[in-house]
Amino acid sequence: MEAVISSLRSGLRRIFESAEGLLDKIFGPKLNPFGQLGAIGYFLYWIVAASGIYLFAVYDTGLENTYESIEWYTYDHWYHAGVMRSLHRYASDLMVVMMLVHLAREFALDRYRGVRWFSWFTGIPVIWMVYISGITGYWLIWDKLAQYVAVTSTELLDWLPIFGEPIARNYLSGGVLSSRFFTLLIFLHVAVPLILLFIMWVHIQRISRPKVNPPRLLAGVIVVGLVIVSLWQPALSQGPADLTQEPSPVGLDWFYLPLYPLADSNPGLVWLFLAVATLLIGLMPWLPPLKKPKPAAVDLAHCNGCGRCVDDCPYEALILAPRSDDLPYSHEVAVNASKCVSCGICMGACPSSTPFRRTAELATGIDIPDLPLTEVRGRVQEVAETLTGAPRVLVIACTHSAGARHDGAVLALPCVAMAPPPLIDYVLSRDLADGVVVAGCAERSCHNRLGVDWTKQRIAGERDPYLRKRVPRERLLTVWASPTEGRVFRRELADFVDRLKALPADDGSGTRMPPAPSSAGAAEEKAL
Amino acid sequence: MIDGVSFPRIIGMLVFTVALSALAAVFDDWPRYSRIPDGMAVLKFSFTHGSDRSSLCKRRSREELQKLPPNKRVPLDCPRERPPVVTELEVNGEQLFFKSLPPSGIAKDGPSRLYERFLVPAGDHTITARMRDTPREEGFDYESTRRVTLVPGQNLSIDFRHETGGFVMN
Ligand code: HEM
Ligand code: SF4
Ligand code: SF4
Repeated sequence: MEAVISSLRSGLRRIFESAEGLLDKIFGPKLNPFGQLGAIGYFLYWIVAASGIYLFAVYDTGLENTYESIEWYTYDHWYHAGVMRSLHRYASDLMVVMMLVHLAREFALDRYRGVRWFSWFTGIPVIWMVYISGITGYWLIWDKLAQYVAVTSTELLDWLPIFGEPIARNYLSGGVLSSRFFTLLIFLHVAVPLILLFIMWVHIQRISRPKVNPPRLLAGVIVVGLVIVSLWQPALSQGPADLTQEPSPVGLDWFYLPLYPLADSNPGLVWLFLAVATLLIGLMPWLPPLKKPKPAAVDLAHCNGCGRCVDDCPYEALILAPRSDDLPYSHEVAVNASKCVSCGICMGACPSSTPFRRTAELATGIDIPDLPLTEVRGRVQEVAETLTGAPRVLVIACTHSAGARHDGAVLALPCVAMAPPPLIDYVLSRDLADGVVVAGCAERSCHNRLGVDWTKQRIAGERDPYLRKRVPRERLLTVWASPTEGRVFRRELADFVDRLKALPADDGSGTRMPPAPSSAGAAEEKAL
Repeated sequence: MIDGVSFPRIIGMLVFTVALSALAAVFDDWPRYSRIPDGMAVLKFSFTHGSDRSSLCKRRSREELQKLPPNKRVPLDCPRERPPVVTELEVNGEQLFFKSLPPSGIAKDGPSRLYERFLVPAGDHTITARMRDTPREEGFDYESTRRVTLVPGQNLSIDFRHETGGFVMN
């Protein structure tokens, strides 16, 4: 089982990466839709909600006039209400696409287990609510498709032993059609999407700075694209419902109704499929569970409560609490172990994380027990010793990136942002290498959501802790590439090596520091 | 340039988005789906009806009544449970469906319920629906026959209305 799931995951991952590489060419890394599927989902929801409110204003809720009122606004008012109707439908369809791709991608990137079970698990009712919203929507048009949806849905529900009177009897013949039932549906088509919105909100409660709005330009392109298609291929009804006539053949919305043909022939099988699929998706985070690394641990002696780690944690695992010891600070940091993924970003953010101290054991404010700062420094030294030839290039890579697959000298970390900026300074100023490569995930898919952003901002001096100005930037390369984008990594590395070769040899001008004496080390600590 | 993105690139993004939305527009009513084969029509045979249990009542004898507490001395002793409703559907003299429908409810005192669909070729048919709602062993209490001409795709419902005293086909 375990082997099957993990090969499924890596296969899917390869497919995603080639698709994502392609969209990188069209959209660029910042606007790549794959990097913001959730945000696009939210945006589509708002389009659907806004167009839905608009349509309700012109829709006649009485059963007899429903169809006519929709025909009237589709044809006589095509340029506003008709466009709204098409937007409502096509944005809903794209929402299904977005949702399924998002689900598959979180699976492929293994971002659904361990602490992340919460987002995954709350995604399941989201799927149900999206589908129920769409299905009740088609019901309301009261055209032939609506009739088909009404009959098949009620027959499907009647298969379950919950309703006394078969509800499909509502659609036996025109004479008995009850408009009470229709009113209930209108209510459901408003209530279920509101429940959906609530669950979408719950869905992102355990991540900090969730991306719920796509970049403005991307949002604009989506709206314009949808409007073009709405004008070009407007959404239409399929003739008025007539219960004395089977609605067959009928055009199905295959995004929302793919199981309906099966429901016609075998409703029991549909329920079995839904039950098994829901159960399986629900169990996924524990099939098998992620081996949970030890969560971040705080060392109060080195924490001044500055809150940088709290700011940088992508999973809301840290909070500032009132000081519990007698150090003269107002706050200290506290870890919520059940939310911590041990990415190490907090360690990289702590001003106490500096490798320059001379002590054998390096301590810092917040550390990762499985790979503490001391060990990080130790490994850097070990890796540096294996460097031969010129120029000597040391790679600090996120384990989820292309850099980690490089077979040269690599220091692999759970996230690039775990490397405190002074570590780069340390490698270059102690002359452990001639150049440093910081290699993270592709920008669209940082495994730890914010690691790439934080690293860029720290190097650019926009976010604490800064990479000091004295670090020669020409000896530093950042590469953002996924494991399948090894070509990108190798190309950039080769160019970097060429540039390093062209640099003048260490000229003693002061940009590169000699090994620091102990007093310089102490000064360093104060400077940070 | 908008937000640092060049126009050709924006056009590329737009082309992609239009293509994706157009795919949504295509697959939201194509390929078409036929629920029933060409040239067929549908009979929906459905009703909810509680059988009559009054004939199962027994008149209590004087001695039996004496044994009951005064507030329970009702002359008729009627069972809670309803007998099943037996129903039959015949098309052109051939039996299409025959079933004994048990009463619903835990106490088996609720109505019997039926919802069945049948495919028949379009054309002329003689349809007979029958129902027994009393505990007798043989025969039926209701019967209704109609000659119909079904067009392809027609949906003929066969319901039962106790108030109007029989089957309703339309
Ligand atoms: C309309 C449907 C959905 C919307 C709008 C939505 C939206 C979002 C958003 C905005 C995020 C935060 C992304 C970020 O900032 O990194 C997110 C994360 C996530 N979603 Fe969804 N989602 C939807 C459906 C689903 C479904 C169906 C699943 C799976 C069953 C799912 C699984 C996840 C997971 C596992 C994460 C966490 C990623 C991480 O921890 O790095 N989502 N979603
Ligand atoms: S290791 Fe990562 S998830 Fe855990 S507290 Fe630090 S930044 Fe947050
Ligand atoms: S960054 Fe370091 S010093 Fe600041 S609150 Fe976190 S652990 Fe404490």
